[in-house]
Amino acid sequence: MIRQVDQALAREFGLTPDEYQNVLAIMGRAPSLTELGIFSVMWSEHCSYKSSRAFLRTLPTTAPWVIHGPGENAGVVDIGEGLAAIFKMESHNHPSFIEPYQGAATGVGGILRDVFTMGARPIANLNALRFGSPDNPATRRIVDGVVRGIGGYGNCVGVPTVGGEVNFHPAYDGNPLVNAMTVGIARQDRIFLSAAAGIGNPVVYVGSRTGRDGIHGATMASAEFDEDAQAKRPTVQVGDPFVEKLLIEACLELMQTDAIVAIQDMGAAGLTSSSVEMAGKGAVGIDLDLDAVPQRERGMTAYEMMLSESQERMLMVLRPDRTEVAQAIFEKWELDFAIIGTLTDTGHIVVRHKGRVEADIPLGPLAEQAPLYHRPTAPTPLREPLGPVSDPVGIEAALVRLVGSPDCASRAWIWDQYDSTVGGQTVRRPGAADAAIVRVEGTRIGLALTTDCTPRYVAADARTGGAQAVAEAWRNLTATGARPLAITDNLNFGNPEKPEVMGQFADAVSGMAEACLALDFPVVSGNVSLYNETRAPDGSTVSILPTPAIGGLGVLEDAATAVGLALAPDLDLVLIGETAGHLGQSLWLREVHGLEDGPPPPVDLVAERRHGDFVRARIAAGEVAACHDVSDGGLLVAIAEMAMAGDTGIALDVPQSGMAPHAYWFGEDQGRYLLAVRDGDALIRAAHAAGITARKLGQSARSGRNTGLILSSGATISLARLLAAHARFFPEFMDPAGPVKR
Amino acid sequence: MRAGIVVFPGTNRERDMAIALQGATGTQAVMLWHRDTVLPALDLVVLPGGFSHGDYLRCGAMAAHSPIMTAVRSFAEAGGHVLGVCNGFQILTEAGLLPGALLRNAGLRFLSHDCHLRVEREGTAFTRGWSAGDVFRAPLAHGDGNYVADRETLERLDGDGLVAFRYSDAAGRVDAGTNPNGSAGNIAGVFSRNLRVLGLMPHPEDLVDPLMGGIDGKPLFDGLVQALAA
Repeated sequence: MIRQVDQALAREFGLTPDEYQNVLAIMGRAPSLTELGIFSVMWSEHCSYKSSRAFLRTLPTTAPWVIHGPGENAGVVDIGEGLAAIFKMESHNHPSFIEPYQGAATGVGGILRDVFTMGARPIANLNALRFGSPDNPATRRIVDGVVRGIGGYGNCVGVPTVGGEVNFHPAYDGNPLVNAMTVGIARQDRIFLSAAAGIGNPVVYVGSRTGRDGIHGATMASAEFDEDAQAKRPTVQVGDPFVEKLLIEACLELMQTDAIVAIQDMGAAGLTSSSVEMAGKGAVGIDLDLDAVPQRERGMTAYEMMLSESQERMLMVLRPDRTEVAQAIFEKWELDFAIIGTLTDTGHIVVRHKGRVEADIPLGPLAEQAPLYHRPTAPTPLREPLGPVSDPVGIEAALVRLVGSPDCASRAWIWDQYDSTVGGQTVRRPGAADAAIVRVEGTRIGLALTTDCTPRYVAADARTGGAQAVAEAWRNLTATGARPLAITDNLNFGNPEKPEVMGQFADAVSGMAEACLALDFPVVSGNVSLYNETRAPDGSTVSILPTPAIGGLGVLEDAATAVGLALAPDLDLVLIGETAGHLGQSLWLREVHGLEDGPPPPVDLVAERRHGDFVRARIAAGEVAACHDVSDGGLLVAIAEMAMAGDTGIALDVPQSGMAPHAYWFGEDQGRYLLAVRDGDALIRAAHAAGITARKLGQSARSGRNTGLILSSGATISLARLLAAHARFFPEFMDPAGPVKR
Repeated sequence: MRAGIVVFPGTNRERDMAIALQGATGTQAVMLWHRDTVLPALDLVVLPGGFSHGDYLRCGAMAAHSPIMTAVRSFAEAGGHVLGVCNGFQILTEAGLLPGALLRNAGLRFLSHDCHLRVEREGTAFTRGWSAGDVFRAPLAHGDGNYVADRETLERLDGDGLVAFRYSDAAGRVDAGTNPNGSAGNIAGVFSRNLRVLGLMPHPEDLVDPLMGGIDGKPLFDGLVQALAA
């Protein structure tokens, strides 16, 4: 059935009446169905960033080591020796709720393509995951599917999954977040961009065939969920990691030649966005002949082919005298290869199918007149400071509860399903250090990689929370000894048409910008995911916690100098940074009192930088055996994590300071590091000389005398008890019947 | 020692293997393509890990019918040494070069962590770097590592000393508690009758550098060089 193209259909496609009027003005006539489809996906929130663009421009994106910032498929930074790290993080939230396995799997596939399309061999994957409350009956199924999906795809393509983060919160019950990050390595003189060039050059399609899957996925990702979410299952794509692996190898092999003029993966909005963006960036026109597109199904229409989000496909512009070389490589890898078009000087995208022109759109206006909204913002009311808070359970019980809580418990159950060693370059595996460390094959260079965000801080104070997310990523890289270089951001928020959500967005971005500037830590790539909210049958909506996930990348000249967080025997444990006992929005407050209250801990970016630069210098000098930043759960949780990782006890000796013990041990003051060193006194003298607060907290157990964690009060918590509490949550939650054994 | 590494579509640990071999031999291994029909002059053929043909149909089933496998079979029949790791082990069982089969892990989840392996047979080209009873560490990373064979075969493997490695703890204890994937008798690796074909699930090639957490896997490669150096 052929629908008439009118305002009603435009509305179904997600275009507002004003946007549709603009389409009519650009076209000078009613658009065809295919044309309307192209406008609607290119102008969707997902592809056009129409609500977020104005704010994103305020983020710092340059530094001497930045080679390509936002605007390319991924960000590119100089890591030395003529090499570049290419990285980006991207969300696949909506699909992962509808179909967790495929949603997460194709999220990994998509971000991998963004990186290898630029000429980089992917060397590491990370992810940032947010799930609903463990008490929600749907959560277990979603966690299971997402973890299997990430593993199923990443393990098969042979890229190690080396790090990430996971939070649980009821705000994600109907809208989990799956943010996937890929890091790749390329020679700086072999980086491939997407701007098409060369009138008459062939446009080539490679990879999987096009099917009807994922049609209008980008539009779906640009609307909130309602009770019919499950009916949207057909808009979720299905991934084939085997084809992706072949595509990686074939593309990298072709990139050894001089055949490629421009290349881009077909991600959201598939053939439409790749062809429009490539031609648009190159200021050329493009003619596409859809009869030549490799197809998986019979009878596909132009509309379906242009909107399909079938996975594992790439679009390239080749030198005309090199198409045979390219074809031979793709045939070797048993992948489809088809010349489906030509670059023209018309400035139009012209789509032909079965002898008819199905679309003819001027590319300039399509890009330049894309909607840009300055949506109204409403500030989040600041939280009243937290008054005095009692300690109803005591230090020991609170510690055991915290290390066993869903947000702090061991993630081994997840990591054990991800291949973290393939490639043979993983220096620090998940959980071994504050950031994962991967060596660049054939060099001594180490990359430090992390993902970070504390959404409850952002919800309470978006500006502080945005700054904190960036600062924590910087701190986690620093704690390994790495020099932080740049970030990729994945900004997950609710419905931007709500002023309070847009206010969160604006404030979080301004906090991020402030931290990026203060820490010389620019944004080089990123992704925005809006409309992360669910509409209940009664019409009310639930937004996610604002979650600007940060993917940080740092570099070590010599990967061997990286330090982990595992405590070793016979060392002094020294705390760098001020402890004010800030319990607002702390994990302790939530787990012990069941409250999410008060303001988040303040972020002092000047102190942050001073502390971090000091710690990094000490690590570089070889003085530090282990280092861990203090974050969720505060000081005592951080100490317990070091002790558990190293299976080494520690005796704490901290004189009463007048501060309530629970505030001292569980407050989440920022800018703090724990360093395990041979000579604590020397370290403290050096810190004081640099104007930095430092104090010795205790001494790790002597070799062979594993005493557990001895508190200043003399109470001892055995490591076995901590480890048991730490290990319990995931296996009991996810595999309650226990692992299947024969 | 001249080593060749077979690359199938979907192989993904060929570079890990090449690095480990280069560390032992000082020379680069030859990469072989699955469509090749003739092997160059080699002392060792390695089938590395990965997901050949996407593990579709059955792990290793399609790769076992690749053109190159005819040449690999002839090479083995002529007394050549063949090492199959993870997917390579699966391919060797599918090709009939090793007995048994590898099913889904008993826990039905992909597993990726370090395991301990107890050396069951010393003195072969693959295990001369160890003594029987030695324990070493190796990363495992598989969804289908659950070794099965009929009782007769298992008895023969035991009786003829064709079990190469068993999953154990650090002290060499072998029991249900040290069995990660449900493998019969905790078997992690087996030899062919002539002891010249070895298949194992874990990845010694990913533990040959102190920076990556240890060199427990090195004796396999150093031993091969000693045994096979021309």
